[in-house]
Amino acid sequence: MTTIDTWVRVCAIDEIPLLGSRVLQCDEGDDIALFRPADARVFALADRCPHKGGPLSQGIVSGDTVTCPLHGWNIGLDSGQACAPDVGCARRYPVRVVDGEVWLQLAAMTEATAETEEQAA
Amino acid sequence: MKKPRLVVVGNGMAGIRTLEELLKLVPDMYEITVFGAEPHPNYNRILLSPVLAGEQDFDEIVLNPLSWYADHGITLHLGKEVTRIDRVRRKVIASDGTEAEYDRLLLATGSVPFILPIPGKDLTGVIGYRDIHDTQVMIDTARRKQHAVVIGGGLLGLEAANGLKLRGMAVTVVHLAGWLLERQLDPVAGALLEKSLVERGLDFRLNTSTTEILGNAAGEVAAVRFSDGEQIPADLVVMAAGIRPNTTLAQAAGIHCNRGIVVNDTLQTFDPRVYAVGECASHRGIAYGLVAPLFEQAKICANHLATYGIGIYRGSAVSTKLKVTGIDLFSAGDFMGGEGSEEIVLSDPAGGLYKKLVIRDDKLVGACLYGDTGDGAWYFKQIKDGGAIGDRRDTLAFGETALGDAGTGGQDRVANMADSDEVCGCNGVCKGTIVKAVREQGLFTVDDVKKHTKAASSCGSCTGLVEQILMNCLGSNFQETPKTKAVCGCTDRTHAEVRQAVREHHLVSHAQAYAFLEWRTPNGCATCRPAINYYMLSTWPREAVDDPQSRFINERAHANIQKDGTFSVIPQMKGGVTNASELRRIADVADKYAVPMVKVTGGQRIDLLGVKKEDLVGVWKDLGMQSGHAYGKSIRTVKTCVGSEFCRFGTQNSTQMGIDLETMLANMWSPHKVKLAVSGCPRNCAESGIKDVGIIAVDSGWEIHVGGNGGIKTEVARFLCKVRTADEVKETTGAFLQLYREEAYYLDRTVHYIERVGLDYIKRKVVDDDDNRRALFERLLYALEGLPDPWAARIAGAQPREYAPLKLATPGSDRRIAVALED
Ligand code: SRM
Ligand SMILES: Cc1cc2nc3c(=O)[nH]c(=O)nc-3n(C[C@H](O)[C@H](O)[C@H](O)COP(=O)(O)OP(=O)(O)OC[C@H]3O[C@@H](n4cnc5c(N)ncnc54)[C@H](O)[C@@H]3O)c2cc1C
Ligand code: SF4
Ligand code: FES
Repeated sequence: MTTIDTWVRVCAIDEIPLLGSRVLQCDEGDDIALFRPADARVFALADRCPHKGGPLSQGIVSGDTVTCPLHGWNIGLDSGQACAPDVGCARRYPVRVVDGEVWLQLAAMTEATAETEEQAA
Repeated sequence: MKKPRLVVVGNGMAGIRTLEELLKLVPDMYEITVFGAEPHPNYNRILLSPVLAGEQDFDEIVLNPLSWYADHGITLHLGKEVTRIDRVRRKVIASDGTEAEYDRLLLATGSVPFILPIPGKDLTGVIGYRDIHDTQVMIDTARRKQHAVVIGGGLLGLEAANGLKLRGMAVTVVHLAGWLLERQLDPVAGALLEKSLVERGLDFRLNTSTTEILGNAAGEVAAVRFSDGEQIPADLVVMAAGIRPNTTLAQAAGIHCNRGIVVNDTLQTFDPRVYAVGECASHRGIAYGLVAPLFEQAKICANHLATYGIGIYRGSAVSTKLKVTGIDLFSAGDFMGGEGSEEIVLSDPAGGLYKKLVIRDDKLVGACLYGDTGDGAWYFKQIKDGGAIGDRRDTLAFGETALGDAGTGGQDRVANMADSDEVCGCNGVCKGTIVKAVREQGLFTVDDVKKHTKAASSCGSCTGLVEQILMNCLGSNFQETPKTKAVCGCTDRTHAEVRQAVREHHLVSHAQAYAFLEWRTPNGCATCRPAINYYMLSTWPREAVDDPQSRFINERAHANIQKDGTFSVIPQMKGGVTNASELRRIADVADKYAVPMVKVTGGQRIDLLGVKKEDLVGVWKDLGMQSGHAYGKSIRTVKTCVGSEFCRFGTQNSTQMGIDLETMLANMWSPHKVKLAVSGCPRNCAESGIKDVGIIAVDSGWEIHVGGNGGIKTEVARFLCKVRTADEVKETTGAFLQLYREEAYYLDRTVHYIERVGLDYIKRKVVDDDDNRRALFERLLYALEGLPDPWAARIAGAQPREYAPLKLATPGSDRRIAVALED
């Protein structure tokens, strides 16, 4: 296992609707929600609301927050923190947009196998 | 001239109410001093139970804040117990030596909990339930300890037990009698109550007495022993075995007492300078334990203190309610019945409903209701009035509404109340007083009414009635109150202003709307975006562009999101009619997609629950049916009954009418959801009485009712008009719905819209004005024409990304470059 940060290309930015989101299905752990609150900005959070696990990817995106579809908590996109008065946090993943492509930095742990293989390659 | 001095002993509900009444009559007559043994200003003792249950805070139950005393120039001694009355020198002396001289003295010392004289009663952790201190002890103990025993299954005991249970303790209630609330309920209702409390996790020991409380070495309570010798652990024992009028002080001063401080019909004690009100007083042999009679006493007593000398207190009839959220019971008068009386009993123990009325000499003398207490106040009034029942006997058991027309007329309760009918039992406020206050003082909210009339300010169970009265008085203004608020935090503009701007300035896109209306946020929020989206679509059909990102997920994905993130699919099944082939396809889809549950809905169709989002398009395709819009602020279902084709009572073909309406309205978006029903005769098997548009066929045509709602607050639909032909039904229904679509605020159901504009307005626009009706109907058809079925559109490829998740490419492929981008 390695601790080197692993960046993976996920999709073209246009594949995420503006003021909308897409889900990235993961084999292990939670799915990841990718949000696009403005033209060239993308954020990624675990697709699990800190309240009761609602799928944040299905919420309405406005400003820099997403409103969970189940009970309406607002979650900050850049921090993953629930907006006051609610408290809780959804895990966030670093994102980069390069040449219209969305790259995601995945935790070394969950991607350990793939990563080692590819480094070997 | 020096003012006479009035001293009040007891800073509680009856004493301070007397002062309030007095100040209303003669604001400046006395120099007033109040002694209160508790360190708090006067609070609503009744609401200690909601505080214990965690439903309210202490701050919310304070009735007279310290500023009230100051504003009225009242000298207040808090935390000082009066220990002696010197009737010769006319002064009272408190525990800390404070003295106050009086010309008139008012004793309002309340009651003390009756503590059973058994061994262990003085251990730490044995308490009564009387004040905020006791309540706090219970709350604190519940945080640290496990086992609570409540002695006494009366009102106080049960409210204490319920609160302690809600705070996480294991609670046993010990009760001497054979059923709970034996003084308020008969055995049947008592058993129903016990059942539902057992379901909430309470334990009961009926027919049991407590013989001893056992302690540990530290002098804390540890266990309780019963008459049968059994013993259970206890960290807290609440004695709720009754109350005793608090007469210690009066007795020591030589004022005549006999199970209470004895007062005459003017609330005067045997010492003419001394008055007594509240639970400490004994009037005609009765010491009351509920606030309603005490407030009546306060009124009369104030009248005499003000030296008006015209009021006479003749005693009170009392009725009871239990304040355990979710349990409704009511009793009044002589509900046990017995010799010389007859009983009317309506009982559905399985359904948790029970109603017993006791009649003597053709008069209603008692009532005991469990499960549905809506008519409690009405029965109580009959009991107090003592009028002959006579011909109403047959329908008496069905309550007040049974007396009017069978309900289809849709009049609400308060409209039928007389001005002298009581609304708030605690404070004895009648309808007329509230109406007068609303009109003359320009009140708008329930809080205003509470402040000005006291109605709904004690136990709160009449809040709904007060709301209805406000609604009736204010008409269209009532809804305006909340809706004149800004749409959301993004703007100061109201729904009305936004609707108007969208129309007048031809706003058709979100960006345009936010810019024009000077929104504070760049793209709104989850509250305003769906509203703006609807306003534009409904005002500018075929022109405004629907924005999927401004729709709640259900409307964006055209299915209902579930708690686990899957979706439910309800295909359209017009009028509730289906056939073998549709059913077969539904069954096949359920198999193919491993649908976890197939359920018949309350709207006469079939729900496939737990479908994965990525399967939605496939499911719709394989079903080959249209969207049922069970997920939208849109047309939902048109429920129908069997109708004239098959039913022996049917007068018209209601099923076909339902199908036609559902076909006509397919794909219609609206401010909130819209539900219809068509019944073939007044038996109304399709429940038209609680639908947004409810149609009831009669021999000579169709009755149309509007504004019904079966949801959060049941509302009976109101009669709009009667028409002859099927085409007229469609046109009138369509016109009404279009008016609602054009004018209602987002998330107002038809009932709220009608409340705001008034039914007469609707009638003028839809019934009386033929041209306008036709124009409305045409606008509806124009808006609906050409709208695609959303499922069909998605099967054809619309918005594919909504349904397809992204996936990471498999390890090793070229999309996975496993190096950090920078380094
Ligand atoms: C499926 C169904 C229950 C069932 O299995 O029978 C249902 C399910 C839901 N109802 Fe309902 N309602 C269903 C019939 C009703 C009825 C009965 C009826 O339509 O005859 C009512 C009362 C009638 C009425 O609306 O006047 C009803 C009154 C509500 C309300 C309260 C509305 C109100 O104005 O008071 C809500 C909340 C809301 O809409 O804001 C609600 C909301 C919901 C939602 C959509 C909650 C949500 O937003 O997720 C439920 C989705 C459950 C799920 O997990 O999929 N549901 N709901 C019924 C679908 C009927 C259909 O075929 O379309
Ligand atoms: C938990 C609970 C729930 C209740 N629920 C309901 C209900 O749902 N409906 C209903 O109608 N009623 C209910 N009641 C009863 C209602 O609260 C009483 O009837 C009402 O408070 C009695 O008013 P009072 O002024 O006579 O006595 P209190 O409100 O008890 O006021 C007496 C005050 O006098 C003070 N005092 C006593 N002696 C002295 C002294 N020597 N010097 C100075 N101060 C003194 C006491 O400390 C107390 O503050 C409930 C009571 C409790 C405890
Ligand atoms: S009543 Fe309606 S909203 Fe409530 S749980 Fe049932 S389906 Fe859901
Ligand atoms: S699960 Fe997100 S708000 Fe409840």
